Formats: sequence, structure tokens, C-alpha cells
Amino acid sequence: MKQSNYTVIQNGESCDVVDVPEVPFDAFREQLLQAVEDGAWIAALFAMPADRSTLRAFVILAHSHSGSLWLSSTILPDEFTALTPDCPQAHLFEREIAEQWGVKPLGHPWLKPLRYHHSYRKEKDCWDRKSSTAILPGVTDHFQVDGQEIHEVAVGPVHAGVIEPGHFRFQCHGEDVIHLEISLGYQHRGVERAMIGGPNNRTNHLVETVAGDTTIGHSLAYCQVIEALARTIIPARASALRAISLELERLANHVGDLGALAGDVGFLPTASFCGRLRGEFLNLTAMLCGNRFGHSMLCPGGVRFDADSDRVHNFLERFESAVSDVTDAINLLWKSPSVMDRFEDTGVVKIEDAIELGLVGLVARACGIEADIRSDFPTGIYRFTNISTATWHTGDVFSRAFVRWIEIERSTAFIRDLIKSLPQSEIRIALEPMEPNKIAVALVEGWRGAICHVAITDATSKFAHYKIVDPSFHNWFGLGMAMRDQQVSDFPLCNKSFSLSYCGHDL
Amino acid sequence: MIDILRARLKQGHRTISFPNQPPTLPDRFRGCPVIDEAKCVSDCQRCAEVCPTGSIIQVHSTKPQVDLGRCLFCTDCAEACPNDAIRYHSDYSMSSNQRIDLVVNANTEAGPLVSALKKESLRLFGHSLKLRQVSAGGCNGCESDTNVLSTITFDLGRFGVQFVASPRHADGLLITGPVKENKRVALLKTWETVPAPKIVIAVGACAISGGPFQNHPEVHNGVSDILPVDLYIPGCPPHPITILDGILRLLSRI
Repeated sequence: MKQSNYTVIQNGESCDVVDVPEVPFDAFREQLLQAVEDGAWIAALFAMPADRSTLRAFVILAHSHSGSLWLSSTILPDEFTALTPDCPQAHLFEREIAEQWGVKPLGHPWLKPLRYHHSYRKEKDCWDRKSSTAILPGVTDHFQVDGQEIHEVAVGPVHAGVIEPGHFRFQCHGEDVIHLEISLGYQHRGVERAMIGGPNNRTNHLVETVAGDTTIGHSLAYCQVIEALARTIIPARASALRAISLELERLANHVGDLGALAGDVGFLPTASFCGRLRGEFLNLTAMLCGNRFGHSMLCPGGVRFDADSDRVHNFLERFESAVSDVTDAINLLWKSPSVMDRFEDTGVVKIEDAIELGLVGLVARACGIEADIRSDFPTGIYRFTNISTATWHTGDVFSRAFVRWIEIERSTAFIRDLIKSLPQSEIRIALEPMEPNKIAVALVEGWRGAICHVAITDATSKFAHYKIVDPSFHNWFGLGMAMRDQQVSDFPLCNKSFSLSYCGHDL
Repeated sequence: MIDILRARLKQGHRTISFPNQPPTLPDRFRGCPVIDEAKCVSDCQRCAEVCPTGSIIQVHSTKPQVDLGRCLFCTDCAEACPNDAIRYHSDYSMSSNQRIDLVVNANTEAGPLVSALKKESLRLFGHSLKLRQVSAGGCNGCESDTNVLSTITFDLGRFGVQFVASPRHADGLLITGPVKENKRVALLKTWETVPAPKIVIAVGACAISGGPFQNHPEVHNGVSDILPVDLYIPGCPPHPITILDGILRLLSRI
């Protein structure tokens, strides 16, 4: 691997934009394919206007073994050879670039709109649509299987339950699903475009609502980007309180999902216990900052709310009681043959497929991939306190449930230790001014997996570009794979075992 | 089986006694924002300047008014105030039937109140209200805290209120999110599918005013321009108790 074509930085660092090598497209493509073959994964791949007529594409390649991030770029021609046929994990990134900037990745096997909006460059459109034509979400050529006994099931965007919208097309032979295609974009609300020109009054709040269930995860990534650009190191106590908030978010969501999984197989005790217990962890977050999802807890430079010893004492008391109830509730799952029968061998994703598709987070770990930003690219308090990576090898619903349980155990131990020994320091310091013409990258292990934020500043230190990659962006296609050869009725269970974000994908 | 019973016994009865007793809220809970007029300096604009959504407005006097429909209940204004004049009151009851009633005077201690549905609607829905939830660009915050109303903690079912899968089975819609253009048609179709008479409940800053996505070209700044709203529930997201309180007041149960 030629390192000369890359600039190497660590997680939570920045470098000058001019130092990111600009490689001719063919060489860019070649080196990207080589790096992925050598074990790197694409943390972000995006394009932005270099000037009025040219586009510059950037790639952030994450090397888990060395914990380094490799940055490279190229001037993107209007038509280029798609990466996806040789590198399936580029799939959605290429569709995103094509939709946003009207360029054509030639030979892309699944080139369709992603979020259903007009191109950001008026006269260019990947599908040659006119700017006056309305674009309707979900209207595209869906993958179809032909045959006399084939039928199609379409679900959404308004589907059962209190849930975000998406459109799902199942190609079925009897009850067996041959493939599921997922069409999103209904939640597209222009988050990334609104970030440009920031940071301003609203930037913090946009980041907190990228995915409401991952408020801490996304605001942590944002804060780390800002702090990298401002070369500010936050106080240790702030770092610890941030990590506690992040792990609480993981606990709340994992407990909630395990309850919902129990509900999906009709096992009501765990379903109803966990429904309440998820709320206990949200309430603990509210005990720290007043908001159940952690709004306004984090800010660039540290955190806004401290926990004195009385608060820590009360926190621990409620925390231990919740953890004890969670342990009882979740262990019922593993002891119930009817639950295990539904969990095991349902929705299997093979490790080879997971690697090739570039799946991240707990879904990847449930396929046996040992990857966790907290240990591979540690920042903040995770540099000093390790949480060992939880994996299981079966790739099925059980595996995704069980990895959640191991993570619950490890996060509880982590919070318990950390909150008892909070470092004595300030919780927030003033930021230095942000630096102009820089690129900064932050990776955070949110409860779903790797969150990546990339910011590029202009000459006035404002955001010239801001890229957000929610873990769901990497993982939605994995759900389609998990549904192959399953029954339609297994969909709710498989879907919940992935528990992906619609709004985090749609931005 | 014995383990299930043992766990059930240990976990005990967990449904809160709200509305018969006041709810337990965290001490840092951020309810209705209150501005202490005595401390507020008239020509200072710091709070309005930092507000992410323009929720602090000045109409008649130089003293600010707060639009709860836009407020994200963040702490930015309180932090920016040089005189410590802004605090978030513990009042969780902030819902209203009229959009305009969400604009409150800075020194109002209690949030706006909801008047119940009209007599005929109340007769129909007062003891049984089935709602279809529609997420129209919500970040999943409001959706999550609406969802928890069905857990044993809040047990929405005991009031005869229930979320249903099909809009055809519903008496109304509970809408979250700023209503993006990409969800407008689906929202309208869902609305048309609900048999009349029907109601609309807008939950969260997004559904009321666009929230943090206000004025993005992709969104419609909330539900009001698209459907007739019967109940506005402010917050980002509203605490489940705020949502429950709003619905119960609409049904004349509080």
C-alpha cells in the first residue's frame, strides 16, 4: 500500500486540506480497492464542489489494526467507473454522490436514488431528470424476480407501529423471501446542507437530532470534530461524563431492543419488563442533564452538567436497581426454549458477506467481526479505560441479541467504575478559535456502531462541507441479506435485531 | 416458568399513579421556560440572539415572550443571559389547542392549558381514542417517547387510548416531525384514510414549527399548514408525561 497517496491522521484529529493528496481518479480507485482488500473500511466517501465546475471526492479509510485514518481525494469526472462492483461497501456512498451531484458511476449495479431529492448542481442529474420534474419518494425501478409463482409484498412508508417511515419490497416465492429491497428517503430533511456555513446557533441542535435515539453519539462526534479544528483538549472530568452518557445511551437502546425482540416472538414477560427498564436508563440520563435523550448534555469544550457526590450517590442507587432488574428480565430469554427456537438460525448474515458489505457495529460483531471504535480508534476516556469488544459468531438474530447482552454487561461495569472515580477537574473549557482550511474526522462507537463526522473548513473557519455517516448507512443492506431465504413473517424480528435508523440514513 | 414468576414478583407493580398524583420528574427537568422580569434588562437581546429557533420573540414590550411551539428547551438562552433571569420551570403541562396560545408571556408561571374536545367529539372519543402515529421526519425522539406511553410505566390503555396499526381503525393522527416534502403525500393519504370525525395531535417542536429544521427547503415547518390541529404538545422531545397530560386534558380526564 502506497502511503504517499494518503495523509494519515488519528481519530479526532485534523490536517490541512491542501495536505490531502489529490490523485487522478483511476489511481484513486485502484488504491481504494487495494486498501479495502487489505482490510481497511470506508468510514466516509463523499464529494464537494472544488470550484464552480469541478467536484472533489474525499475518502476516509479506517485501518482498524493500526487505529489510523487514511485520507485521500480525487477530482471526480462527470462519468467514472463505479467502485461498487469491485467493492460492495461503496454501494450507498456512490449512490449518494450520484444523487447529490449528478455524476454517473458507470457500471454501478444498483444505481437508483437514495433520498429522492434534486441534484445540488442545477444542470446535472444522474438520471437526466429535469429540475422542474417532481421527484416522488419510493418511485424507482425496484429489484424484481420474475416467475409464475413469484409474488411481491410491499410495505410502508406508513407501516404498523410507532415507527419511522421506509418502503420495503419483498420478492417472495410462497412464504419464502428471495430478496428484500429497502427504499428510504422519507425522512430526508436536509441536515448536512444546513450544516454548511456553520457552526451557528442551530448546529448543535441539528446534530442532536440526526438520530434522536443517538443524540449523545452524534453530538459526541460533532464535539470531537470541533475540538480537533480548534485544537482544544477537554478536561478529564468532561471526558468521563461524556463516556458515561454514551454508555447510558447504549444501555437504554440495547435494553429496549431486547424487550422489543422478546415482544416480536410473543414472549411478554421480558417485553414488558424491558419496556419500563429502557425508560430507567433514559431517566438516568435525564438525572444528569434534564433531558431523557441527552439534549444539551454535551457541548464543544466539554459538558454542560456536572454530577456532584450526592448526585452520583443517587445515580448509583437507581442504576444498580435497574441493572439488577435488567439482568433478571434478559436472562429469561436465554432460558426459554420457545424464544431461542425463534432467535437461532433466523436472519443469518455470513461473516464473508458482512465484511464485503462493510457492516459495522453490533451487527458486524454478531457476525464474528472484531471491530469497535472504542478499542480500535479510542478517544477521550476510552484511551485509558478499555471496554473489550463483544462478539458472537452465528450471525443470526440470537447473535445480535446476545452481543447486545454482553455489551450491556460491559457498559454497566464501565459506568459503575467510572462514575465512582470521576476525575477532579473542570467540566468545560473555552474553545480556541477554529482553524481555517482544515479537515477533521471523528469516529464514535454509537450504540448501533461507527458514527463518522467529517468537517472541512473554509478560509474563514466556517464549514465548507460537513459529512455525517450514521452506522445505519453501512448496515441497511445487511438487513436485505439477512432476509434472504427467510419467511415474510420473520421480517419484524430480523428488522428489530438490526434496529437501524431511518432518519440517520436519510439526514 | 418459576423464573418468570420470580422476576414478576421482584419487579412488582410499576404503573405510575399519574394523573391522580403528580409525576416524579428529575430535578434538572426542563419544563416551561420562565423569565424573571425583575432581572431582565430591557434592551438586552442576548437570549433572542442565541436561540436556535427564534422562539424568544418580542411583540409589544421590550420584555421577551417565548414561543413554546418553537422552543427546543435547550439551555442556550439561560446560559447566555447575563443576569441569570431565565430558568426552566418544572411545569410539564404545556400543551394547547391553539397555536397562538403557545406564545407565553415571559413571567407566566404556568404553561398554557388545554380545553377539552367539543361535546360531540368528547362523547365519541372521551373513553376510547384510537390513534395512528405518523412520523413525518421526526428524529425518532418524539416517536420513542410516544411509544413508551404504551409500556407498563404509563399504561396508556388504562385511559382507553391506544395506538393502532391501520389508519382505518383510528380516530385521529398523532404526528411527529417537521413534515418533509418527501412524506407529505403519505401523510395526506393517511389522513384521508381515517374515518371522520377525526382529530390531529402535533407532538414536538418539529411538528408544531419545524423545530431545528425550520425553514429548510426540504420541510414544511410543521403540520398546521397541512392539516387542522386539535392539540399541540411542545418539547424536543416532550417528556412522556407532557404528552400524556396533553392527551388526557383533551379528553377531559384531567
